[in-house]
Amino acid sequence: MTDTAETIRQQAAARTIRLEVARYRPEQDGEPVFQSYDVPLMDDWAVLDGLNYVKDRLDGTLSFRWSCRMGICGSCGMNVNGEPRLTCGTFFTEYGDGPIRIEPLKGFPVIRDLVVDIDDFLVKLQHVQPWLIREGEELPLTAEYAQTPEQLEAYKQYSMCINCLLCYSACPVYVLDPDFLGPAAIALAQRYNLDSRDQGDRFDLLNLDEAVWGCTFVGECTRACPKHVDPAEAIQRYKLTAAIRSILPWSRR
Amino acid sequence: MTTYHAKRDHLWFLRNRTYTVFVARELTSVFVAWTIVYLMLVIDAGGPPSFAGEPWMIAINVVAFAATAFHAITFLNLAPKATVVRLDGWRVPAFMIQGGNHSAWLVVSGIVAFLVLKGV
Repeated sequence: MTDTAETIRQQAAARTIRLEVARYRPEQDGEPVFQSYDVPLMDDWAVLDGLNYVKDRLDGTLSFRWSCRMGICGSCGMNVNGEPRLTCGTFFTEYGDGPIRIEPLKGFPVIRDLVVDIDDFLVKLQHVQPWLIREGEELPLTAEYAQTPEQLEAYKQYSMCINCLLCYSACPVYVLDPDFLGPAAIALAQRYNLDSRDQGDRFDLLNLDEAVWGCTFVGECTRACPKHVDPAEAIQRYKLTAAIRSILPWSRR
Repeated sequence: MTTYHAKRDHLWFLRNRTYTVFVARELTSVFVAWTIVYLMLVIDAGGPPSFAGEPWMIAINVVAFAATAFHAITFLNLAPKATVVRLDGWRVPAFMIQGGNHSAWLVVSGIVAFLVLKGV
């Protein structure tokens, strides 16, 4: 690093920003409480960098999930100033001088501090059979099925989901009624419904009050999605499909 | 395992703009229903009903008109989410689907207005 860059870095580090972090330690807290930490206000730091600074330098007892630091793994989703965000892609520069309030994702039980219990989602995800279903073929599937660019384009957008659960946290229906199948699970079901290689039929799984018909189309899931999956679109499209199939029982997809 | 379950937030619809617009869109359905009822009264009476000129009725209908317009515009703007149209691989952009819906809405409104007002 050049001397100038080092000087700028040292000056920047002299400024701090306050993180108000929700703490929930089940052995001592009846409900979450906020704890404040002052961390260096660096222009190139994401909220996750701030949390790691707290963990490494200020308070090793703070618990949170993270892994890749590049918006791929979907582990570091948290509520930042009330919005569900990937903390690795949410930078201090968005928040001026702060403070920044960091809470666990809404809608999920809190295990500890910023760590939530996602078992409910994992059950729902498996429920929609998010894999290629082939009729009359034994596993493992070994045959190759080529696709045209158009066939790939038909589902590609929905395949970008990283299971970060920001859409669940943004969805008021899920937060109020956890029985709702939820945005990501339905979008991933659509990812396979629209795949030319898939021969499965998820109609009975999706055409339910607690599945696509539970969605009231608030649209916030799409706004929250960091991968531009557009779960709201997936759900509305399947509503149309389900409605047509209900009228024309012989039609598929 | 002891976990913390957050209490239900009864003011969730005030927490961000999208939630508020959604609730407003749902609530304005009441005025859409009223507009249909009023339209049927107009058709049944063969013209504006006797109470149409009352100040309170004018006030209700002004609010109903604004609410119905808000409901229709926000509803039609959502149409591209449900209707993905591809023409030879090219996805028709959202603004074209919205524009088509709004145009059709204006045409239908014009026809209804013509039919209702021609007897006035």
